[in-house]
Formats: sequence, structure tokens, C-alpha cells
Amino acid sequence: MTSISEARSTTGGQDDATVPAWAGFTAGPWQDTVDVRDFIQRNYTPYEGDDSFLAGPTERTTGIWAKLSEMFPVEREKGIYDVDPHTPAGITAHAPGYIDKDAEVIVGLQTDAPLKRAIMPNGGWRMVEGALETYGYPVDQELKKVFSEYRKTHNQGVFDVYPPNVRAARSSHIITGLPDAYGRGRIIGDYRRVALYGVDQLIAAKKLDKLDLDTQPFSEKIVREREEHAEQIRALGELKQMAASYGYDISRPATNAREAVQWLYFGYLAAVKEQNGAAMSLGRTSTFLDVYLERDLANGVITEEQAQEIIDDFVIKLRIVRFLRTPEYDSLFSGDPTWVTETIGGMGDDGRPLVTKNSFRFLQTLYNLGPAPEPNMTVFWSPRLPQGFKDFCAKVSIDTSAVQYESDEQIRPAWGDDAAIACCVSPMAVGKQMQFFGARVNLAKTLLYAINGGKDEVTGKQVSPVVAPVPEGQPLDYDDVRARFDKTMDWLAETYVEALNCIHWSHDKYAYERLEMALHDKEVLRTMACGIAGLAVAADSLSAIKYATVMPVFDERGIVVDYVTEGEYPAFGNDDDRVDSIAVELVESFMAKIRSHKMYRDALPTQSVLTITSNVVYGKATGNTPDGRRAGEPFSPGANPMNGRDTHGMLASALSVAKLPYNEAQDGISLTNTVVPSGLGRTREEQIANLAGLLDASVGGDGYHMNVNVLVKETLEDAMEHPENYPQLTIRVSGYAVNFVRLTREQQLDVLSRTFHGAL
Amino acid sequence: MTTPSTTAASQASARAAARYGVDGVASAPLPWRTSGDGLGHDSDLDAPEAPRRRTGAGVSGLTTAEDLDRHDKLAMMRSGELGSVHSWELVTAVDGPGTRLTVFLNGCPLRCLYCHNPDTLQMKDGEPVTADELLARVKRYLPVFRATKGGLTLSGGEVLMQPAFAARILAGAKEMGVHTTLDTSGFLGANLSDEMLANTDLVLLDVKSGDPETYEKVTGRALEPTLKFGRRLAESGLPGGVTAEHPVEVWIRYVLVPGLTDQAEHVDVVAEYAASLNEIRPGTVTRVEVLPFHQMGRDKWETLGREYELTDTPAPDVELVDRVRDQFRAKGLTVY
Repeated sequence: MTSISEARSTTGGQDDATVPAWAGFTAGPWQDTVDVRDFIQRNYTPYEGDDSFLAGPTERTTGIWAKLSEMFPVEREKGIYDVDPHTPAGITAHAPGYIDKDAEVIVGLQTDAPLKRAIMPNGGWRMVEGALETYGYPVDQELKKVFSEYRKTHNQGVFDVYPPNVRAARSSHIITGLPDAYGRGRIIGDYRRVALYGVDQLIAAKKLDKLDLDTQPFSEKIVREREEHAEQIRALGELKQMAASYGYDISRPATNAREAVQWLYFGYLAAVKEQNGAAMSLGRTSTFLDVYLERDLANGVITEEQAQEIIDDFVIKLRIVRFLRTPEYDSLFSGDPTWVTETIGGMGDDGRPLVTKNSFRFLQTLYNLGPAPEPNMTVFWSPRLPQGFKDFCAKVSIDTSAVQYESDEQIRPAWGDDAAIACCVSPMAVGKQMQFFGARVNLAKTLLYAINGGKDEVTGKQVSPVVAPVPEGQPLDYDDVRARFDKTMDWLAETYVEALNCIHWSHDKYAYERLEMALHDKEVLRTMACGIAGLAVAADSLSAIKYATVMPVFDERGIVVDYVTEGEYPAFGNDDDRVDSIAVELVESFMAKIRSHKMYRDALPTQSVLTITSNVVYGKATGNTPDGRRAGEPFSPGANPMNGRDTHGMLASALSVAKLPYNEAQDGISLTNTVVPSGLGRTREEQIANLAGLLDASVGGDGYHMNVNVLVKETLEDAMEHPENYPQLTIRVSGYAVNFVRLTREQQLDVLSRTFHGAL
Repeated sequence: MTTPSTTAASQASARAAARYGVDGVASAPLPWRTSGDGLGHDSDLDAPEAPRRRTGAGVSGLTTAEDLDRHDKLAMMRSGELGSVHSWELVTAVDGPGTRLTVFLNGCPLRCLYCHNPDTLQMKDGEPVTADELLARVKRYLPVFRATKGGLTLSGGEVLMQPAFAARILAGAKEMGVHTTLDTSGFLGANLSDEMLANTDLVLLDVKSGDPETYEKVTGRALEPTLKFGRRLAESGLPGGVTAEHPVEVWIRYVLVPGLTDQAEHVDVVAEYAASLNEIRPGTVTRVEVLPFHQMGRDKWETLGREYELTDTPAPDVELVDRVRDQFRAKGLTVY
């Protein structure tokens, strides 16, 4: 634990009692060490009521949002609104920027103008150059020279250390989406610390931590940590400087609610000024901030309308976080996601709900500003949540489709009651834990490799070790195929972990997240977040082999390229144990294989069943499968059953997915569902009650996650034809929300082909 | 190429889609029947013939009693140990309150022109599922029923074609404290014993027309048994009645088919009838659902090789649906 009181005394700080910023707060260990959770627990006010207290948008809020809304169509049309092609990003690289300087309650932009993107070459120059060329901006030759000749990037680092087997697996798309050419993200700085302690106390505490490292003798580990701490301290200094350029002295703690939001946002802003991580999540800030808002409300310093206005303005800023990325990247990730994930609600270890009025205010922004994919509103659901909050969540879901739900009952026991989601479904204890993001492997394609003796069914290349292919002229034998699959998964796990170790070694070296890590404890739990895609295809294919008759069809190369399946087989997603158990077994066995390997920095291995929206891309790269899926057809997203095969209702589908054991997939299991409004009930009250009940039955039971879309197909079809009429149409895909009109046509069609539950 | 399995899957999906009306609301499956023999008697039972599943994922997760011979199956059906089951689903908001395990049984005495589940018509086309197996599934979903304030709905086909099986399921569910709903045309209301009625919380009563002639044209059967059944439901909740302690609730359903069941005076008769049940016992009919006709069941007729008479019938427009709903509302009923 990082000591604050010692830090204060070494920096000549004040006594606890005389820290004016903390006046009225309940004292506790949080005053002596950096311990935001302790502060929250001692000071927050649970709210058990309903949404009737909420305020609408002020004229000012509406005006600011309208100003931005005028810029969005241009951005959608061009791909980006603007970019500064000459200034490599950094915390202090750009002059202050404003949307409307005099009207903004919370200030700060990534560059000197709204929607103007920065270049972030530390991840890799190719990405920068590719993006600039795509969008018609000049490539600064001086910079190119710097980042290709003088300064090595993460991307170069990785490819210097990738062994050939990793390269082969990568180029055959059996392992894809790896963060080897872009920022790994999925690290949540504890931005609340900036508000609670002020930067000076954080710097002093980090200096003490470094002092401890300085006293230990050389080892690669110690010296790396020393260097990292030096970088962290430097980044905190730059953070102060950046805030000062906006006229704020954040060396001291925040003294009121608006300052608390502003300080916290500066912390986050510094992170997104410097890092183009795949997911740049915010953490769990709303209940923390509520303490400040409650204090100001109680003191009569602000009204509810002003409290909402502060949050609205904060959320406006979070909505316009932008990164410069290539169209290929965007098609892999669907649109232009930033995953500014905010975790809301949940229960405390002591049994009190962590729901506050500010939990409501965050969700209320979806009404005040209209629906939007960012910030990625994520509710930790427990059947024990107050009914008023449950009902409000259900209502917001029905009206906006912009909320996702994760099981508080699974996450809290594993990671504590101050955990937050990074990206879509990855939980981590805020400020105490980070992950090495590992994208995912294609399990369906792995099965095809097993059938083909290690040859790629598309290219015919030998990728995994040579074994005899399945015999011709006879149906596939389940035990035989399962044994082959197991062996191929051994190879896959080994190759995959090797790739991830290379990537994160290089990322730490060339693109270290110094500001985000400065907002972490000295001792950090690192997870190696592996992942699998195509689980439903693999499970259904094995089910077909087991319960129906599957004849392999060989081509002239002697490669199985198709399957003739006769008879029927139980499909994943119908709460049928015969096949669901196969899916469970695949998750368990791949996790066991991952665990058998050594991890970089002794990380704790985990895995996710998540595809983001790369289910379309994965499907494209995968041949015909024994379940009857045709070559190139998209996989189902995340852990979803294959579209159209879950025929027993949305809840039966969710119950199948809920069988996947969280302990074997601790990085999360994603499920996306779409239901038509009338499938929830006849009246609005009925719809709200039924959706809340469904969440109790699914994520309140053994389920881990659920995206809820409440939509009619016709709306999506109309939006494809007339995107200009639906600038804010938001839908949930695998683990996050997207602006529907920003998806590629292919992805839009994939969404339309998914099972719409007419009734749940 | 489409494998048989995926064809089955897509059929199952189409079947699921077909259950939901143009506005996305499920209407009751409305099966029919061509012959008029032996209604509601033992001899009317027909053993499921299918040696293996032909309906795709319909009863996925349920173990079927395929090994029994026809004689044993019939014996078990008579005792209610075995039923002919088309499929099950977990559905919300359409077959009763909350999220429900809706079980579709095979076999129906009616022949509704607009039936959109013609594949549930014949009892022999179902899957042999034992009462114990089905009750185990009910038990599995107790947490779901608790969380969603839902329960079990027996639908069809016509649930009262298999009264002994239905009786066992209702009794077993009630023993577990599960809310029970019957979705029925009421034509075989006589098959519902007092004991079964006592184990029933809600009846979705499908009145297909208020005019006997139209009713017969639509269903091939007489209207009166349905009306009589509804009155019995109302009366059973009166002091001294079978459901006096927990009066059975009724939702009236009315399928609105342009040119067939849209005549204002016929609608009025149904509305008056629904209101009359509340005169017998206030609070009997708690809602009326007007279900707009749709064409989503059409492909199933083609698949089954049957002639479909409503090919050119349009879905009712909003004005017509509103008019009919208003006719029910005018009688003081809660209408959706």
C-alpha cells in the first residue's frame, strides 16, 4: 500500500485534520495510504429510491451537445474530423482545446480542438502512416525518420522477437487481433486518486515506492521497476503541467464536486492523450464522485440540476475521445470504439448496495444527451440491488439499448467490490490490477486443423504440427476427432502464450503506460488475458459429429473442405446439457492448457469468451465447419449460440451460456441478446418489470454478462437505408455499444441476421 | 449446400418466428382438425410415431421415450405418464405473466383457417415425453419463475386433447408452487376436471368468433363448448366453487382476421361475452388480447403440403385493430 501520510510529512504536508479538501469526510486509513475504496466505503451514501429526483439537461448542456452534433456528420462522412499530423501525442504535446470555452463546466481535450485526432507513433509508425494516407493528410517525413530510424516502436520490437511458428499462426488467422501493431489498452488508471489526493501527494508516494526499489540490489526485475517508477513520476509531473495549461492547479486535492470531476477527468485525459489503447476504460467513478456531489448538495453549494450538468459535461467529454486508426482496425473492431467503460452499481462486501444518486445521473446522460455508445455504461447486476435502480436500468435499456450488464455476484468474490470492467467484460480491481490483453484464438479453425492434420483448410499450408488427416470414406468419429482437437489445442496454447509473452515484453519496453500505471499501486496483479472465439461453432460441430453423421468431403489437395451432415444434433443455446457440456469442456480444457505455460512477468493466466465484433472477420477466415456453417459465414459473437439455432427463447439461450464456468474464463464471457419491445410485455411497466426479472434470472444467476438490445428489425433496416436519420442509433454488440450507422455494411447485415427474440 | 441439421434449425427458427405476430407478439397456436371423431375420449389419443426427432430442436434438452412400442406409449398416455409434446420455450410476456416455460402439446380438434402452428395438429407427430421428464424441466426453472414472477404454460395444439397428461403436469407444478396457465380454445373444456381446474391459476381462452356460423367456418367446430367453458371458469371462483380459494383468472384472446373475424357485430358479441363473465364473477377476465392476423405461419402450410386459404388475406391495419380494441374497451375490459 502506498503511504500518503509519510509522503505528506516528507513533502511538508498538512495534518489530516487540516486538509481542507477533506472537510466533512469521515476519517480513516484512506488518509494515510492511497486507498480510494476505503474512502468510498466510509463516505458514500447508498441510494435506494427511484429515478424521480433526476434533472433534465440545462440549456447550456444542450447547446454544447448541439455544437458537437453538427460536427459528427462531417466526421462520419470523412472517417475522421481532423488530425494533427505533425505533433506526436503526449500529455503536454498539445495546447489547450475547447468546444466552447466560456460555456464548458469541465474542460480538456486530447488536442487543441474537438474531434481533432493526434498521432501516437510509439505503438508503431505503420499504423500512423496508413491512417494519414487513408484520410488524405500529409505524412511528416521528419517524424517518419524519427520513428523508423531513431526511435524503435512497439511494433518493431514485437517482430524482432516473434519466432516463426507464431508468425505462421498469425498469418493463417488462427491467432488474430493481437496487439502487436497497436496499443494493448485494457489498463484502468485509478483516476479517482487525482481528485482525492492531488498530484503532489501521489508523486510523493511514488517517490517513496521508488526509494524502496532503490535500496534493493540489481536484478532485471528491480531495475525495470525503478525505471518504470521514474517514468510514472515524470508522467504525473506532466499531468500537473497539462492541467495548469487549462488554468487548474491539481497538485492539491479537489475541494468540491466540480473540481473532483475535473481532476479525475484530467487524469483520464492525460492517459488518452498519451496512449491509443484498444480499450481506454474509465473505471468505477460514479459512486466515488457521488461523495463530493452529496457534500456539495448538503452544503447547498449546488442544486440537483447543477450536479447533473457537471456529469453531463463530463460525459460529453468522454463521448468525444478519439484515436487515429486505420480502416482495417475499424473493421476488426466495428466502428471506432474507445471503450470508455464506466462501471456502475454492484454491491459492497458489507452488503450495502454501491448504488448512489450519481449511478442514476450517469445513466440519465443517455436521456439528456441521447443514446451513444460511449462511455460504455456497464451495470454490475445483483438480485440484491435496490428495486428502484433495477427498474431504472431496465427502463434505460428499453429506451436506449446502451447498457450492458455484468454479474456482480461473480466479479465481487473474485476481484473485490472495487473492481471495474476494462473494455467489454474484463474485470480488474481498480488501481491494483492490470491485464496483458491477448485478443483471441480461433477455436473453430483449430478444429478444422485437427481434422486436416495441421493443414490450413483455405491455403493448404501446413501450420500446426503434421499428423495424419482423418480417414477418407467414413464418417467422422467423435472420440478420434476430439483426441486430435486436444492435441492441436496443445500446440495452439503453446504458440499463443509465446506470442503474448513477446507482445507484452515489447509493449512494456516501447510503449509503457506510464501515466496509467502511476495511478496504480506499487505491487500490481497482472493477468495474461487469453481468449477464444468460435466456441459455439466448435461445440455445435462436435455435437454434430457425436449425435449426427458427418461425412468429410475431400478436395483434390486431399484436404477436407466440406462436410455432409445427416441427422440432427443438439445445438448450443437451448439449455440442452448434451451439447452445452461440450462447450464447457472446451473452455475448461483450453484454460488448463494455457495455465501450463510460463507467463511474462509471472502474470496470472485468464481467458475470455469474447469476440468483440471480430466474429465477422473470424468467420471470413474459416472454411466450412461440420455444424453446417458455410465457409466465410460469421461466427456468433462472443459466447453467443449460433444465430437461429437458439430456438427455445432468449433465457434458455442465456442459461446455456451461463453454464460456462467463470472460474475457467475469468476475463469474462460475453452474451448479446436482442429482443423486440413487445417481447418484453404489453405495457411499459410490464416491460420494465419483465426485463429486470430476466436480468435477475440470468446475470443474477450463473450468467456473467448480457448485452441487451431492445429493437425492432425494421428500425435497423431503415437505418441502413437512411443513416442520416439515425445519427445516434446505438446497439450493443459483443461487450460494448456501437453507433449502428458507423458499422460496415457487412457488420450491419451480421447484426440483422442475429436472433431477434420475439419473446424472451 | 444445406445440411439436414441446419435446415431443421432454420425451420425451428422460422417456427419460432411464426409464433410472433406482425407486432412481435405471440398469439396462441391455433391448430385444426379435419375429422370429427371421438373428441376428448381415451380412444382419441394417438401415440407419437416419430422414431427420431423431425422437428429439430423442439424438445431439445428433454429425454424422449422413443424406445417404447406403440401399445406401451398409448397405455402410458392414458394414465398421463406420457405426453405427445411438440416443443418448449422460455418466453416472456406473451403466454401469461413473467417468463414462462411454455410447452406446446401435439394434437388439436380444431381446424382454424389461419392456424400458424399447423405442425402441432396431429398427436402422432409429437415427441413422446414423460410427465416426470417434463416436471424435471419445470423444477429446473424454479429460480427463473421466482426471479421473473413467471410460471408454466401448457399450450398446443390443444392441451385438453391430453387431459391425463395435463392433469399430472398441473398437479406436479402446483406441488412445486409454480404458477400455472392453460392456453386453450375451450372446445374441449369438458375434459378439464375440477381437480385440474383447482391446479390452474390462469386460462388464456381463445374465442375465435362470437358468431356460431363464423366460428364453425373458421374452426370447423361449434362455438358453444367454449362459451360454456368460460362460464364454468367464472363460476368456479364463486363461494363454494372449485377455485373459490384462488379464483382462476381468464385472459380472453381474439385473433383479428380481415374479412373473417372483423365484423363489428361479431366482435361485440365476444366483448359482451367477456364482460358477462365479469358479471358472473367480478375480476374473472383481467385482460383481453386482440391478436392481429399475420402471414408468418404460411410457409409451414406449404412445408406440410396443406392448402392454405388465406394466402391473399392482409394483416389488419392499425385503424381496424384500434377499432376492435375499442369495442372491447367499451365493455370496461382491459385490452391490449
